[in-house]
Amino acid sequence: MMSDQNKSKSGWRLDDPALLRGLTQARLSRRGFLEAGALGLGAMALPPAAFAASAMPAKLDPKWQAYWDKQKPTKELVFANWPYYIDTDDKTGKHASLEQFTKDTGIDIKYLEVIQDNAAFYAKIAPVLKAGQSIGNDIIVITNGWQLTELMMQDFLTQLWQEKLPNFFKNASPSVINPAYDPGNKYTVTWQSGLTGIAYNPKMTGREITSFDDLWDPKFAGHVGMMSDLTELGSAALLKLGIKPVHSTPDDWAKAAAILEDQKNKGIVRQYYDQGYIKALENGDTWISQAWSGDIFQAHAKGFTDLKFVVPKEGAMLWHDNMMIPKGAANPLSALTWMNYYYTPEMAGLIEDYDNYICPVPSAQDYILKQLKDPDVANSPLVFPTKEMYAKANDFYVFSSYDQNKKWSDTFSPITQA
Amino acid sequence: MPYLLSLPSWLYLAVFFVVPLVAMLSMSLATGNPLVGYAVTWHFVEFAKAVDQYWLQIVRSFWYGGLATFLTLVLTYPVAYWIAFHGGRHKGSILFLILLPFFVSFVIRTLAWQFLLSDQGLILGTLKSWGLLPQSTYLLSTSTAVIGGLVYNSVAYYVLPLYVALEKIDRRVVRAAGDLYASPASAFWRVVLPLSAPGIFAGFLLVFVTNVGDFVNAAVLGGPGTSMIGNIIQYNFFNAQDYPMAATLSSILMFLLIIAIYFYARVFGTESIQDYAA
Repeated sequence: MMSDQNKSKSGWRLDDPALLRGLTQARLSRRGFLEAGALGLGAMALPPAAFAASAMPAKLDPKWQAYWDKQKPTKELVFANWPYYIDTDDKTGKHASLEQFTKDTGIDIKYLEVIQDNAAFYAKIAPVLKAGQSIGNDIIVITNGWQLTELMMQDFLTQLWQEKLPNFFKNASPSVINPAYDPGNKYTVTWQSGLTGIAYNPKMTGREITSFDDLWDPKFAGHVGMMSDLTELGSAALLKLGIKPVHSTPDDWAKAAAILEDQKNKGIVRQYYDQGYIKALENGDTWISQAWSGDIFQAHAKGFTDLKFVVPKEGAMLWHDNMMIPKGAANPLSALTWMNYYYTPEMAGLIEDYDNYICPVPSAQDYILKQLKDPDVANSPLVFPTKEMYAKANDFYVFSSYDQNKKWSDTFSPITQA
Repeated sequence: MPYLLSLPSWLYLAVFFVVPLVAMLSMSLATGNPLVGYAVTWHFVEFAKAVDQYWLQIVRSFWYGGLATFLTLVLTYPVAYWIAFHGGRHKGSILFLILLPFFVSFVIRTLAWQFLLSDQGLILGTLKSWGLLPQSTYLLSTSTAVIGGLVYNSVAYYVLPLYVALEKIDRRVVRAAGDLYASPASAFWRVVLPLSAPGIFAGFLLVFVTNVGDFVNAAVLGGPGTSMIGNIIQYNFFNAQDYPMAATLSSILMFLLIIAIYFYARVFGTESIQDYAA
């Protein structure tokens, strides 16, 4: 699919994978980036033992126990994921992790890269699930956010049989155990996490960036990128105000909207971007922008080595892309087998060495360091965040109803939809 | 029997036009949310709410759409004229060359403009390096870029009807105008232009209607304060999941376009368009 021949610095390419997600480019430059500590973060890796998990599998509801008791093992699995989100051989396009899984378990995986946007994907599957039919996927990957909450509220997901996921409870990072959006991991386990912070080009800004206040600096008028995703947009403003998004109230939202409105009216905001923000940074349209850490790796691989990523002093947003089993899945036991298989240092390490977002399995750090001999990834605080970084990471607000989500949207949408 | 022959067309219209239209109209009068479901409650207030909340974007859509269509006409008429009257035996190839870029996906072509117009890109970057523009000047994220994108994307849809109309003009009529001492300019204004009117009208309709509902150009080339009604509908449908509002806005857009086209046809007459179609 994506060829590697477009490494020119000019960036004149239309098939920009940053529109999609993840990494396919030459590994060398990416590693150089990780190594250089260009992220404004020292490599302060802690030993994996510092993250000992301490959760136990929970008992299933009787209804779901009955469901799982009825299931028979199958030899197939359909896994729907985002593009460029699993280890891929540059030449053959094969996924070593999936092949290993098939070898070890005898389960054939059909791997689909069909999810490119949570809202659009949800709009596609919701009517089918509502009609009680199968969407044909056994595992889907959705970011924690309103659509995930909605999938749970609509009762579209299969409760996980946690006794079949011992590796998760043994190896998962505390940051993905018992998350606010899915208490007790009843329905989801994390595939990858990531940080939303600030990216900038020091040549254009003329100084180092440390704070959300910099996104409001009139000096950068017309060259500040904000995200059109209302959850990200609102959360950034809340962090600037010193409010934890996860504990915020509608009054706080109104205050956040007011400073965002002010930022827009002063002509500071260039545009409210979707994934295209990264291209705007690369092209020099924006000098400073809200950004996802993984995309900056990708930009470096393409030759845009000026760009830097920082976790602002007010904190950053930590998001999780989660695996889950939609109702009507034909191979739910195979899905559990994969989830359990993924939560090993070997498998998570193999995939993480390619993905470079945040690994949900801390012990994979050792595996990447010693077995895969890739210290740049293993020691990167963005792939294996330190305690200090986790302390700065914030969770999104978890909506408890449609009306609440609507309240948030109605508060922030007049800013982007002007 | 002849009526039976038209049955497939009626079925097609019923399934792919009437049913979605009724679904949209009834959704616009419904209340509810995706979690509890929807019920038609004749909730006309939604229309007032939609206009109150989004009148600016509605007006803007018609303004951008109308201006872009007019600019497209001004830009494409000389081209179509030249091909029809001076293209000689290369007419086909020239038309093909004009249409060639349009074989590439609409979205990709619009994204390409992002590169061309970017702050340090081919155009602005060069001008800036010559010192003709200050460093912080930009074109992307402005209404100019959006309207420019609309114009660019509708060129093919205007060239074709104009070309067909101009091509049909009987050259003897133009020569006769010359024989009767009309200057080339007045022959154009009083003979060629009126005779090409069906092409102008047909192209205008085609381009105007697509422009007003467009959301790609505003999304890709626009910035704060350039949202068109298509963007608002998309936002309400996918992100806010406010289906009644999305349906209401779509209905409003449709009604406004019908009214606009009605007056357009009243002023310019429908015969000329039918004439063109025939």
